[in-house]
Amino acid sequence: MKRFLPYRAVVSARYRMLLQYRAAAFAGLVTQCFWGAIRLMIVAAFYAASTQTQPMSLPEVVVYIWLGQAFFGMLPWNIDEEFAQKVRDGSVAYDLLRPVDLYAFWYSHALAYRTAPTTLRAIPLGCLAILVLPRLGLAEWALGAPPSWASGVLFGVSLVGAAALSTAITMLTHISLLWTISAAGMDRIMPAVVTVFAGMVIPLPLFPDWMQLCLRLQPFRGLVDVPFRIYSGNIPPDVALLEIISQGVWVGCLVWLGRVLLARGARKLVVQGG
Amino acid sequence: MAGSAAVASIMAQILVENLTKTFRVAKRRAGLWGAVTGLVQRTYHDIPALAGIDFTIEESELVGYIGPNGAGKSTTVKILSGILVPSAGRCEVNGVIPWKNRLQHVQNIGVVFGQRTQLWWDLPVIESFEVLRAIYRIPAAVFQKNSARLIELLQLQELLDIPVRQLSLGQRMRSDLAAALLHGPRLLFLDEPTIGLDAVSKLAVREFIKMLNRDDGVTVILTTHDMDDIEALCRRVLVIGRGKIVSDGSLAALRATVSHERRLIVDLVNAQEVVEEPTARVVERHGRRVELAFDPRVISPAQLISRIAAKHAIQDLFVEHPPIERIIADLYAKHGELDI
Repeated sequence: MKRFLPYRAVVSARYRMLLQYRAAAFAGLVTQCFWGAIRLMIVAAFYAASTQTQPMSLPEVVVYIWLGQAFFGMLPWNIDEEFAQKVRDGSVAYDLLRPVDLYAFWYSHALAYRTAPTTLRAIPLGCLAILVLPRLGLAEWALGAPPSWASGVLFGVSLVGAAALSTAITMLTHISLLWTISAAGMDRIMPAVVTVFAGMVIPLPLFPDWMQLCLRLQPFRGLVDVPFRIYSGNIPPDVALLEIISQGVWVGCLVWLGRVLLARGARKLVVQGG
Repeated sequence: MAGSAAVASIMAQILVENLTKTFRVAKRRAGLWGAVTGLVQRTYHDIPALAGIDFTIEESELVGYIGPNGAGKSTTVKILSGILVPSAGRCEVNGVIPWKNRLQHVQNIGVVFGQRTQLWWDLPVIESFEVLRAIYRIPAAVFQKNSARLIELLQLQELLDIPVRQLSLGQRMRSDLAAALLHGPRLLFLDEPTIGLDAVSKLAVREFIKMLNRDDGVTVILTTHDMDDIEALCRRVLVIGRGKIVSDGSLAALRATVSHERRLIVDLVNAQEVVEEPTARVVERHGRRVELAFDPRVISPAQLISRIAAKHAIQDLFVEHPPIERIIADLYAKHGELDI
């Protein structure tokens, strides 16, 4: 296990660092609750007004929304400002001086960035949605347990898959900085693309039928659509396994792409400044 | 002779031959129309950062590497440390080509870029050290020994639990030096390690570098704009200008190539007296103080002093070299560096 020592150390150091931002986590928690409530009301109004049978039941959508609010920060929608800074001022040179695999090294950084603040936010939000709401007489809007043990366990696995996938996508945006230097462009494009195609804005099954094939064949759905529908049972356990495999295939492809691009980027990289 | 040259090239810790680096930069045209056409068609021009440099550095040397801004110092250090690929030429460090065997190479070197830190901004110093221990896979016993020694020599004991962002620049630089040496490299690159430091911190850093080189035999390559660093530390000085090595040798030899001039400063008893000497030139005169420039190959200091003492009553006198800044500036000017 000595091989993984540097990467483990990086993840743990970044966790210690990112977990310091408790005020930000609290502010995030309030925002997520607020948005969660608004989204629930919109969906409830939509379901009440519709006479057709929808591809997801209302309780399934409620689960989907709460999980979405809890794991919002895990989406690869922004660039790690610390990384962007490093590329801008040239401190990235120090990373090139380390006896480590550069992709794995930066992947460890990005993994901590994607998951540490999310953990800080997801746990209290989960408690709120699971335990507090029913006591306030809002049981039908609360986050219920998965329908079976199998769904629960598979959700756990696919959540890990989502984290790996999100980090691989984050890596691609980070590597693009080696060419563009400025993070401004990516920071504007990514939220729009990611939130829509992951299913964060509207659950993917609610999109028109003619879009479904395209939606199924893109990597972003592995971030939200797959794990959250496994949790609610909307994707039954036997199909879930297949979905998790497809998450894994996407992770493999994107990591490969990231490695190819990084090898090119690092060769042409001119470390900024004297 | 050919045989001994070959032996030297095997023994040298750093071998650089005809090293060249050219950067390709997109040319921007002026004005709005220029910006628009630039989107469609770009023209590039090549900027030579290194125009074929040669040198060798032996184990345990302490070499100053100086030159004006943009001369190619940092480019050289980046190539030697393996983070930049040269356009042409040969470069070996410990028998390894830095950018080709990056992983093997970086285990044996330490680097400090004075303007940037390698410590984790929000973590206490000691935690940065722990992360580096894992990154370099330093065995526990070695880490214990190295860190204890560095903490003692650089007086870091009090700083270990403070987050890096709260350290003063001098404290940070000392911590950065320790961070670069935890894995016990035999070769250390220091890129402007004293930049921005106060006098006390500068002296502490210099003292440490000197000791590291003398007692541990670590090879040090030091780039700096602070000539006091060079005077205090370096037996050998490489001067680079416009991508070429313009001088390589001891500080004394460097002085000699530019000018042999020395200064004799005399305080006269009588401020009204006029000093005239055929072999020396009066450069400055303030009241009773006279500053004379002379060439010791024409007249020895002792002769000059006795001649002046014969004619004038002298209160005090001393001889000095022109300041090293003056020499370097003359050297840059000689190579047409000041018009960049």
